[in-house]
Amino acid sequence: MTTLSAPPSEAFDDVATARRRARPWRWAAGLALAAVAAQLAWFLVNNDRFEWDVVARYLFEPTVLSGLATTVLLAVVAMAIGSVVGGLLAAAQLSDFAPLRWAATVYVGVFRGIPPLVQLIFWFNLAYLLPRISIGIPFGPEFASWDANTVITPLTAAVIGLSLVESAYMAEIIRAGLLGVDSGQRDAAKAMGLTPAQTFARVVLPQAMRVIIPPSGSQFISVLKGTALVSVIAMADLLHSVQVIYNRTYQIVPLLIVACLWYLVVVTVLTIGQRWLERHFSRGHTAATSARRPTVSTSDGAAA
Amino acid sequence: MTGQPALRVQGVRKTFGDHAALDDVSLDVREGEVVVVIGPSGSGKSTLIRCVHQLEAIDAGAIYLDGELLGHERHRGGLRALGERRVAAQRSRMSMVFQQFNLIPHFTVLRNITEAPVRVHRRARSEAESEAMELLERVGLADRAHHYPRQLSGGQQQRVAIARAVATKPRITLFDEPTSALDPELVEDVLRVMRGLAADGMTMVVVTHEMAFASEVADRCVFMEAGRVVESGPPSELFTAPRSARLRSFLARHHNARPTTSTVESVS
Repeated sequence: MTTLSAPPSEAFDDVATARRRARPWRWAAGLALAAVAAQLAWFLVNNDRFEWDVVARYLFEPTVLSGLATTVLLAVVAMAIGSVVGGLLAAAQLSDFAPLRWAATVYVGVFRGIPPLVQLIFWFNLAYLLPRISIGIPFGPEFASWDANTVITPLTAAVIGLSLVESAYMAEIIRAGLLGVDSGQRDAAKAMGLTPAQTFARVVLPQAMRVIIPPSGSQFISVLKGTALVSVIAMADLLHSVQVIYNRTYQIVPLLIVACLWYLVVVTVLTIGQRWLERHFSRGHTAATSARRPTVSTSDGAAA
Repeated sequence: MTGQPALRVQGVRKTFGDHAALDDVSLDVREGEVVVVIGPSGSGKSTLIRCVHQLEAIDAGAIYLDGELLGHERHRGGLRALGERRVAAQRSRMSMVFQQFNLIPHFTVLRNITEAPVRVHRRARSEAESEAMELLERVGLADRAHHYPRQLSGGQQQRVAIARAVATKPRITLFDEPTSALDPELVEDVLRVMRGLAADGMTMVVVTHEMAFASEVADRCVFMEAGRVVESGPPSELFTAPRSARLRSFLARHHNARPTTSTVESVS
């Protein structure tokens, strides 16, 4: 028992003097985790086949770094195009003009439904289906046209493929975010006399962003990893650049570790950026210490 | 412009599916008049002021603000709906206070109040801010200017919402059950602010269940039931000598529900 200088009478218990409960299972779980971690560290350090010296030698190899730059650039471009197109698709899906809604729904269904790897190979081979690409009025005159074989390089095929997939996913994320904003907010913005554009940009979108950002961050990470698929169309991304090296030297494992380390670095940076954005858009939502939910009382219940 | 009502609601009908929320409702509000709309839940009170503010499109009839038709324009001998931007411009001459306050959560209190004056009425920000501070002083919340709405109590949020509504110097302010979402002890602070606005001669249409407030502040009281205006007149007449059986039973229920609303008794 805890001894106090002046022991209180039985009638006055004080929880401030209470001891913490012993939690033996936590200690057991902690020890088990420590044992697994130690085993893993032992494996990483003492298995010569990791060839850490090879990893160190190639980590900053110029071709690897240029592959890394390509990977990051592809992910950023696909995410940027995907977000803009996804935003337009979300607006279309929420439109009160039915054909627009249908078109957007079909688009999302198709490009979200076909595996990205299949799409990449398909776009890379577009020239077979469409030898010439032209801009003009449908079934009418053409304004400009190009040979598809020169337009569709590995880069354009990769950008088109990844952006289409990305826009379909972003459309769903943005749509959910917009639907999540309380209708009272639109009413209030209208009541203030704001135009539809002002209402969207200043009132609805900033609130939707709270819902949009976390899944978009995950989406950015998955498109970054998805860029590894472009190695199949001979695009010199991070994975392709280490493959070129290990096809020559047969040091497959250490070079894959080089790629893994770089993917983890970029994903970690992205995660930090996502946390920062989340904090930024939670302005006015987090400090709800004293805020109480308004209780909706019926007319007769709200006694004066 | 004398003789012309500030607001004219004429034969308005509004249906949701096959339910008539408003059925041939007509109402004139003179400049400086305070009209309180009472009635049971679902009687169309809120729908009426939401229609006036063009948040809901009406199905028949017409609504005029200072003689100007709202939401439609004359075109080739008929009427056609206005575009959203012009509707927004018409709305900017009115303002509205909501049951759930609807303050913009990512704007500070001050920003909530200055947003419409700055963005819609193109006022200088410094000018709008000093006026907003005066309004906050008036509703007793000057020290909360830089707080976010969620950091305030419901009653404080509603007083900010009222300051926001009057910051644009509207021709008419519409109140949609402004105290219904509040805890009882917070209601009086909000009503006090509204009494002050009424005393200043603001044109107001107030949907409320606060009978004491209605009998004390209203120039005219309108009783609605099932989408229709059943009775209207000065509160002294309506509350002491209701003509319709429906109003009598409505008033009886409300007397039972709130035995402490002494103002009603003192009138009778």
